[in-house]
Parts: sequence; structure tokens; C-alpha cells
Amino acid sequence: MREREEVSVLEIRDLHVTVGEGDDAKEILRGVDLTVRSGETHAIMGPNGSGKSTLAYSIAGHPKYTVTGGTVTLDGEDVLAMSVDERARAGLFLAMQYPVEVPGVSVSNFLRTAATAIKGEAPKLRTWVKDVKSEMELLEMDSAFAERNVNEGFSGGEKKRHEILQMRLLKPAIAILDETDSGLDVDALRIVSEGVNRTREEGEIGVLLITHYTRILRYIKPDFVHVFVAGKVVEEGGAELAEKLENEGYAAYVKGSKETATA
Amino acid sequence: MTDPNTDLTTQSSTLASELFAPGVGAQAGPPTTPAPDTGSAGDVTPGAHSHGGPTPTGSPAERFTSTDPDAFGVPTGREETWRFTPMRRIRPLLDGADSDATLSWTTDLPEGVELTRVDAGDPLVKGLPEPVDRLAALTRQRARGADVVRIAGEAQLDRPVTLGLAGTGGEDVVWGQLVVEVGAFAKATVVLDHTGLATYSGGVTVIVGDGAQVTLVSVQDWAPGAVHGGQYDAVVGRDASFTQVVATLGGDLVRLVSNVQYAGPGGRAELFGVYFSDETQHQEHRLWVDHAVPNCVSNVLYKGALQGEGARTVWIGDVRIRPAATGTETYELNRNLVLTDGARADSVPNLEIETGEIVGAGHASATGRFDDEQLFYLCSRGIDAETARRLVVRGFFADVVQRIGVDALQDRLMSTIEARLGALPGLDEQPVEVS
Ligand SMILES: Nc1ncnc2c1ncn2[C@@H]1O[C@H](COP(=O)(O)OP(=O)(O)OP(=O)(O)O)[C@@H](O)[C@H]1O
Ligand SMILES: [Mg+2]
Repeated sequence: MREREEVSVLEIRDLHVTVGEGDDAKEILRGVDLTVRSGETHAIMGPNGSGKSTLAYSIAGHPKYTVTGGTVTLDGEDVLAMSVDERARAGLFLAMQYPVEVPGVSVSNFLRTAATAIKGEAPKLRTWVKDVKSEMELLEMDSAFAERNVNEGFSGGEKKRHEILQMRLLKPAIAILDETDSGLDVDALRIVSEGVNRTREEGEIGVLLITHYTRILRYIKPDFVHVFVAGKVVEEGGAELAEKLENEGYAAYVKGSKETATA
Repeated sequence: MTDPNTDLTTQSSTLASELFAPGVGAQAGPPTTPAPDTGSAGDVTPGAHSHGGPTPTGSPAERFTSTDPDAFGVPTGREETWRFTPMRRIRPLLDGADSDATLSWTTDLPEGVELTRVDAGDPLVKGLPEPVDRLAALTRQRARGADVVRIAGEAQLDRPVTLGLAGTGGEDVVWGQLVVEVGAFAKATVVLDHTGLATYSGGVTVIVGDGAQVTLVSVQDWAPGAVHGGQYDAVVGRDASFTQVVATLGGDLVRLVSNVQYAGPGGRAELFGVYFSDETQHQEHRLWVDHAVPNCVSNVLYKGALQGEGARTVWIGDVRIRPAATGTETYELNRNLVLTDGARADSVPNLEIETGEIVGAGHASATGRFDDEQLFYLCSRGIDAETARRLVVRGFFADVVQRIGVDALQDRLMSTIEARLGALPGLDEQPVEVS
């Protein structure tokens, strides 16, 4: 079983990532540097298409992306050398922007299989059922979801709650939340944010919160804000940077990056 | 990944709600108009051999039926009904050599069930729905009568009727005709469990009395080398409900034709199937649901997996809603999971609607590979790739197998399927309760 007492560090150094094969390969990440420690919440904000999801998927190990340079380590271990499931077992979690439907696999079966894989042994049935139930209640998910197939026919908001439910139950060291706020109405946003905050209060989780709106940052206060444009971090600051972005948008950064790109 | 017809993973982004690309299936053909049977069928007046439904002018040609094998001519393999079937492999059956060979029967007959035999001249045999192809007609003739399972009206069986039908490995073709006659308001499950090695053609007719609830399970768990052909008919009584579950896992060649007709309004038929074909196997399931009376329901769900070079499956789902069949509700769905290169699944749903006054009618067909996105999603939660793959396939089949309602049989079929997926470690230790 993975120990959570020690402080975890996710370190991303000069990460370069392409999508596509051969001549069609296109560089999306162009040297990302980022360090997330347990107990910290980092917000990554950037315009559409800047590569935020690419960063998230690359850390999780999606086969579509090719890492062409740089390193990603978790507590010094080479994440890039791990398979997708090994990364999860090492303590990484990705709440996806577009969670995938898995027909014929029930939520309860899925959650229990995942928890067994992460913990290295099957959770005790009695406590497990209780945990799932109470987490679902807190996320205001009807218990009927447990018997439904994974994400099948879930609304956008239900899918996001289901992602947070998994984060709650799997207790990762570092959670990457890719636009968990998108598609949520105000109530759902509050419920989901409370789920994240509960996790932050309870333990030493590191959170990498990807968004392009400041809305969610009113509920989940970030310690650090990184502005992400054209495949890299172009500015860093505290929570006040989010307010600046709120007022001024990304225009200044986008222009700047274009100039650098053509220079 | 080299066969553009079966590589559908690139489409996954458009498939948010589906396991694979709907309708773009490998050889998932577009809905076709049913070609009338060829052979001598052309000489026959449409409707002459119908099952008693009205024959409106301008509607599609009737399906030809006859008890005379020669009325069908000898199939060449180019006919619509035979074009998917490997003729060389089905030839021993189509040659139609007379034989006294039988399968070895093991029966479990609960209280209220009677097993008898009637000869070919018996009115029961004479009144059975007619054969729809030469093989079925040969079978009716060669079987010289029928074995009859009778379940009394209002019987509530305490366990399923089980007929273990085992091939004994003999050279001769085995011909069989079974009739399951269920009295009004009875509730029964009948399991036909085919095992062993045989070259067998068996007709099965289930007569479902008014208000009865009948499940017929046909398991094809044959040994390698077996050849199995057969026509299954269900005649569903007024307000009766009929469920058929077909599980084709073993044998070299299995070709089953399942027909449903309704004897009165308010009937309900559910046809479920699972099949798993590997490189030595051809599995063909042809369905025909004939809605000729009002307010009946039909629901078809067939799921298959193909593994290995040359694995071959065929699913044909014909549903006809005749002008009199107002208030009909029908849906049919076929899904094929292509696990490896070089396998081929044909899937041809077909719906003929001759009245606008229906509750609903639809069909869907999908053939494709594992969705990489699904596997990534499961793996990103710590589940190893092999377990993820098994979860997906297991879920795929469990969805259908669960409808059998006989726990021991369900468990057996699921473990057979798992064994077929490869003896991989880990799953037994996984707390995988499919729900
Ligand atoms: N398979 C692909 N081939 C070519 N380009 C791709 C491919 N996949 C992604 N891209 C491109 O990579 C870029 C980054 O995409 P990504 O999804 O990471 O952006 P994002 O910052 O998450 O955007 P959003 O805010 O819309 O979620 C986009 O320009 C996208 O079009
Ligand atoms: Mg994104």
C-alpha cells in the first residue's frame, strides 16, 4: 500500500510533447516547467488550444502524445517510464475534461476495481460500500449511479461529479483537474469545489487545476497561478494573477507569444 | 490496424456514447431490402406460403417457405440466404444423407413437464411453421417426427427444463426436430445445452400459449469440428412473452435461423444472443421477426466478439411490420467487437415497416475494435491494461448473459468466455462483480 504521509513532489522540467505521427507531428508543449508539491494548489490558466489538456494527458500517459524532450518525476521517480496504470498507482490522478463512457461496466464495479488496483488489495466490502455511499451523498449523486455503466448517458455535470468521486475514493498524491469546472452550473460548481476542498483540508494532496475561467478559483483558492500560452508557462504569480487575467484576459500574453514565435 | 475496414479506433472521438462506431462497421452493411429467396422461390406466388399474415399489395415479397426440400433447389452459395455461409463446410448437412444417428440426451424434467415423441403425420408436426430454407426442410423430413416437451397450462416450474444434447463424434449427420409446447399462463425456462462433436441439424419450435412466459436458452458449446444448423421458430400467443437466448461459443460452423411470429395481439419477444468466434469458426445467426398482429413487441440484442485470423460471424436481423401490426414496438441491435486483425463480422439489420401506426421501430449495428480511450480511462485509474480489456469484454457479454436468469449457466458461460479471452492471471483475484 502506498504511504501518503510523506510530502510528494511532481516535477515537470522542460517538457516537450508532440501529437501526430511523422511529418504530421506537431509540437504542442514547448518546454513546460512546473513543480507541484503536496499541500499546494496550482491553477493553470490559458486560452483554448494552448496545450493545457495536452499537459494533463502527457502526465497521465495518454498514448496519443509523444514526449520528445524533458522530464516528469514524482518523488524522483521517472513518470515517463511508467505505464498509464503505474502512474495512477504511483499517486497521480487526472480528472478528465471529457470523461469516457464504458458500456457494460458498472460504476460500482469500476470504482472497486480501481480502488483494489491502487491500494494493492480489495477494500473491505463493508467500509467500502459506506465510503462510496457517503461520498456520493456529499457530491449529491443519486445512489442509482452506482449501478449505471461508467459515464454512459451521464450529463456533463454528472460526469464531472463522477470524476471527483473517483478522486475522493482513490486518494491520489497529486490530482490534475482538467477543466472540471466547464459545463457545470453554479450549484454543481459549488458541490464539486467543496469536494476538492475537502480533499485539500483532509490531507496533503497537490492539486493542478486547469481552467480558463476564474470562476472556480473563487471556490478553490490557488496558491500559485500559471499563465499557459502556446505550449508553455509564460507568467507565474499568486492568486492575484487570476484577478488580473479576469480583468484583462489573455490578449497581452497571446500577442507576446506570437511575437516571440515569429522573432 | 492495417485493415481499414476494421480499424475504427480513429473514430473514437465521435463515439462519445458508443463502444464503437455505430453503423460504420467493418462489414456492417447498410440496411438492405430483403432479397426474396432465390432458387425456385421466384416461381411461387408471393404470399402463397406466408404464415397467415395479410398480404398487402405493393409490400415486399413474402419469404418463401416449404416442407419440400426440393422446392428450394440446391443452394450454390450465391443465394441471399446462403451467401455468407461457407458452402464447403455446410455441405455435409446440405447433402441431406438420411441417418438414424442421434445426439446423446441427458434430461432434467421438473414436475409438470412431459417428454414424448410424435411421428411425422401428427397434426402437431404438420402444423409447425414451415422451413425457410433447404436445410430446414431437409431437417423436417429426415427427423421423421418430433420430440415434444409439453409444459402444462399454468405450470410454474421450480427449475429450468434442461436437455443436454451431446454429440457422440459419429460420422453420420444427426437430424432432429424438437417442439416445446407451453400451455397458457405457464412459466418456464427451457435450456438446450449442445456439447460434444456432431454434424447436426435441429429444428426447434416453441409454441407459447396465451399469457405464458417462456425462456428458451440454446447453448452451442460444441467441441471443435462440430457443425450445427437449425431453424428455430417461436409462435407467441396472445399476451404471452417469449425470450430466446442463444449463446454460440463452440463448434466449427454454427448457422441458426430464428423466426418469431405472433399468434395474437399483446405478445412480446426478446431475442438475445452472444457469440465468440475464433480463427476456426463461422457463426451465423439469422433472425426474422414477423409482426402481423397489433400491439406486439420485439427486442433483439446480439453481441459477438471475434478473435483470430479468419474468425467469421454473420448476423442478419430482419423485422417486418405488416399493415395490420399497428401499435408495434421493435428494436434490434447488433454489436461486434473485433479483438484482432483478420476477423470479419457481417451485420445486416433490416426493417420493413408497412404501417405508420406503430409505437416505435429502430435498429442499430456497430462493429469495431476496442476503444483506446476506454482502455486509457480505466488504466488511468490504476487498472492494468489486461484487466481493463477484460472488464470491457466481460461487460460487453455480461449485458446479454445476465438475461438467461439461470445463475449456474450464466457463470459457466462467463467463465467459458473468459477462458477464451486467454488464460491471463489476475482476474480471479479482482473483485469484479458485474452488475
Ligand atoms: N491529434 C492531434 N493532431 C493535431 N493537433 C492536435 C491533436 N490533438 C490536439 N491537437 C492540437 O493541440 C493543441 C492543444 O490542444 P489541447 O487540447 O491541449 O488544448 P487546451 O489548452 O486544453 O484547450 P481547451 O481550452 O480548448 O481545452 C490544439 O491546437 C489542438 O488542436
Ligand atoms: Mg483542454
